[in-house]
Amino acid sequence: MTQINHHLTDALLMSYAAGTLPEAFNLVVASHISLCDECRARLGAFEAVGGGLLTEIGEAEVMADVEDVLARAEAIDSEIDMSGFQAEAGIFPRALQEYVGGDLSAVRWRPVGMGVKQAILKTSKSANVRLLYIPAGAQMPDHGHRGTELTLVLRGAFRDQDEHFARGDIEIATEADAHTPIADEGVACICLAATDAPLKFQGLVPRIVQKFVRI
Amino acid sequence: MLSDVETAEKPIGLPKAVEHVASVTYPTSKSKRRGVSIKMNEETDWVDCMSRISASRDREAFAALFSHFGPRVKAFLMKSGTDRAMAEECTQDVMVTLWRKAHLFDASRASVSTWIFTIARNRRIDLLRKERRPEPDELPWGPEASPEPADVVGLQQESAQLAAALATLPEKQRSLIQKAYFGDLSHSEIATETGLPLGTIKSRIRLALDRLRHAMK
Repeated sequence: MTQINHHLTDALLMSYAAGTLPEAFNLVVASHISLCDECRARLGAFEAVGGGLLTEIGEAEVMADVEDVLARAEAIDSEIDMSGFQAEAGIFPRALQEYVGGDLSAVRWRPVGMGVKQAILKTSKSANVRLLYIPAGAQMPDHGHRGTELTLVLRGAFRDQDEHFARGDIEIATEADAHTPIADEGVACICLAATDAPLKFQGLVPRIVQKFVRI
Repeated sequence: MLSDVETAEKPIGLPKAVEHVASVTYPTSKSKRRGVSIKMNEETDWVDCMSRISASRDREAFAALFSHFGPRVKAFLMKSGTDRAMAEECTQDVMVTLWRKAHLFDASRASVSTWIFTIARNRRIDLLRKERRPEPDELPWGPEASPEPADVVGLQQESAQLAAALATLPEKQRSLIQKAYFGDLSHSEIATETGLPLGTIKSRIRLALDRLRHAMK
């Protein structure tokens, strides 16, 4: 595992453990955890809280008979499971590959200007998630947020003010943060980014572009 | 919860194999925290039921898990705003999954109640929100790797202690945690300080992951 310096917050891990995050956020969180054993262990702790709640919650009578449920389980048991998605070796975690339909080479990029490309992934509407391709040395348009934005680096790296983000690192930006990520020189930076509200760009031109590209 | 035959000679109701494992690191009879050690025995009992299902498709072990956890899963789902009919359907699905995926349960990383909680959570998202639930990459056991018995006992004990700590939290704090897990708080409304001792169980899981990574190399 690579050294990861920027992790998920407790609030995000708890919400992911509880199952209350929007699908788009779930994808970014699951992708980060695939690369980060520290957050995987922290998630385990928050899931254990769920297990603890389950232990003390009280009981509601189950109508079904145990024999009937067992019969159903055994019937499915003998079926062959065809649902398994075959992930390929690459830079995307399996969960992300399922949304893309493969690894990096399967991404259908759309240009959004200045060499930046994106691919919006289909999720439920409460938040949105996309892959971003930022050419080496290029700057993301200056933007602030109404909600929360999660940005996970999958390849390359970027710098935002004083902080450096490389593969596996996650940047969590909230309403207070206006930020201007700049990709490192060398290799183009590829990120997975989710927001639960549209970004607001500072300049006029990006604002017009925004209408067309749904960033 | 276990058959009379198995528990007849055991005053504390532990199957022989489990008692042996438990006595390696944590002699329960000398434990000062009686409440915790009793719960801990219960946790290891459930672990034993899981391995009986996965090793020999033990229907009795399934029935024990079903009658203990079924009503709790259903109650949990109803508290999370799932209606009675959907909660019943979802509970049955959870039990079917438990039977089919018993071999994936890793007792060095989760207690049985935690594992069942995650299955119920995922099934609920499936049924209610009609969404996929992206999951982290699986970490399969390597060819020679299987959990260290001491890791298993340690993790089960941490889980029991966490549940005990949860039960003794001040009402206000406990209600906030419940709200977060029943879906009444969004991630931006959750206070980061839970008041729960999560560090120990996290370290325990981290250790199990490190061992697993090492074995996978």
